[in-house]
Amino acid sequence: MATDSYHYTLSELMVTAAAREIADGEVVFVGMRLPLLGFLLAKRTHAPNAVGVYELGIVRDTPAPEPILTMGDLPNLFRAKWLSDTSDVMGLLQNGTVDVSFIGGAQVDRFGNLNTNYIMNSGRLATRLPGSGGACDLACLAKRHIIIMAHEKHRFVPKVDYITSPGYGNGAGWREKSGLPRGGPSAVITSRGIMEFDPISKEMLLVSIHPGITAQNIMDNMGWPLKIADTLEKTPIPAEYELKVLRELDPEGYWTGD
Amino acid sequence: MASASKLITLSEALKRYVPDGAEAVVGTSLETMIPFAAGHEIIRQRKRNLTLVGTISDILFDQLVGAGCVGKIRAAWVGNVITGSSYNFRRAVEGVDLKIEDHSNLTVSMALKAGAMGVPFMPSLTGLGSDLFKTNNSLKKITCPFTGRTLTAVSAINPDVAIIHAQRSDEYGNAHLWGNLGVTRDACLASRHIIITAEEIVSPDVIESDPNRVITPGFRVSAVVHAPWGAHPSPVPGYYNRDHDAFIEYREDSKTPQKFEKWMRYWVDNVKTSDDYIRLLGNERVANLKLKNHLLSEPADYGY
Repeated sequence: MATDSYHYTLSELMVTAAAREIADGEVVFVGMRLPLLGFLLAKRTHAPNAVGVYELGIVRDTPAPEPILTMGDLPNLFRAKWLSDTSDVMGLLQNGTVDVSFIGGAQVDRFGNLNTNYIMNSGRLATRLPGSGGACDLACLAKRHIIIMAHEKHRFVPKVDYITSPGYGNGAGWREKSGLPRGGPSAVITSRGIMEFDPISKEMLLVSIHPGITAQNIMDNMGWPLKIADTLEKTPIPAEYELKVLRELDPEGYWTGD
Repeated sequence: MASASKLITLSEALKRYVPDGAEAVVGTSLETMIPFAAGHEIIRQRKRNLTLVGTISDILFDQLVGAGCVGKIRAAWVGNVITGSSYNFRRAVEGVDLKIEDHSNLTVSMALKAGAMGVPFMPSLTGLGSDLFKTNNSLKKITCPFTGRTLTAVSAINPDVAIIHAQRSDEYGNAHLWGNLGVTRDACLASRHIIITAEEIVSPDVIESDPNRVITPGFRVSAVVHAPWGAHPSPVPGYYNRDHDAFIEYREDSKTPQKFEKWMRYWVDNVKTSDDYIRLLGNERVANLKLKNHLLSEPADYGY
């Protein structure tokens, strides 16, 4: 994507949007891939006091001293605040210490339920995906979670084939009835826009459109008639200082290249 | 009574403790310290019908599935962390050749915790409302006898064997493991046998100088194997970094069964010893992966 003054990629826009969801001082359970960069960007910009928790059994409050591709890279263990068991960091999640978590998804539905296990086609298994990893836990137990995913029509379905990571189930009151202690998705950041959830009905709601994308384009890539918020915003482009930091974090553009 | 040394060869350890049909927990530190050398020996011995237990598996499960060693997987995630899906696994599940018990990282942790504690299950708040219950008979909803709330009961897993890669071990199975620990401690306590593969074999004096770093009591360990570079391409804190290129290359090398066969001949069947493997890696790659910035911890005084 380009403006008159400078270029940025769609992934850079998504990561920047994800970073802005993190408030300073929050405890963040950081997932694989783009969420990892979103957290590091937030740390280096507006949320220097955020604390990162990683499912491998890592807690750290500074960015790794060198660019990393994944959370298990040794620079991410270097001068960590805590190296521990997975059940210890999952305990932080289950006991309500984690403010926000980030997860990716292959398929999402109108109430924010995510599927990363089985894609079906006319009742038969079409694609086996890698599975939950920690995603189910992050979606069940964080105070809120943010979904980051590519926005394509086949990924946005009225009802997912399999709930790996619960959103709001079939609507208001479902999480409570299921026994979940808290939480739910607060935003879905995609390659076309940003969705949130109606506070009453818990249905997905379009709140922001990325530069160069129209509302019609988003509607054309939905599996159900997406509701639109009263005030529809345009996703702010990454600021120059954010791009500078991102390119230090991912110098080869492995995650944020074209 | 003087303990007997448990130091044996990799080949002997897997012959003794990983028979066909065994249930093995593997890759318990998640992305780090994955016991690839032991996994490759399982492939060389053409083990069959194994049940693999794990949290996330960064390509080792895919390799074992591709080699036809696996009948069932009880895990949260099987793929290639930095590239996504893994192809042998997809082919096997989509072809209905492989039984799957779908977990999350927390349910696997609790299954091993229950196994470690000798109780039939552990309660958790995770998974409620998810479809994991439909594809995992080890999860049941229960009512808390104290609060009346709904909980997830996670059935204990007690594997036949835990295969653990550690930085250093004495010949009696007392091993130091540091870095992120994943589910390693509970996996060891839950398992009937433990195989330790270690970067270095050291004297008991070294291990006893820092008992907090011992991953599990050595008297429960069945075999100790000297396996330098035994976790490559995953990283080992204190020894070597993650070999990203190997994971990226494996994506291409596993795209078709034919390509995977070729990969397996070159990287597994062609290798007999650690030295063979290190030779295949080559001096340049080995040098590049070694630590560049050391950070030694301050000694802790255990004296009296």
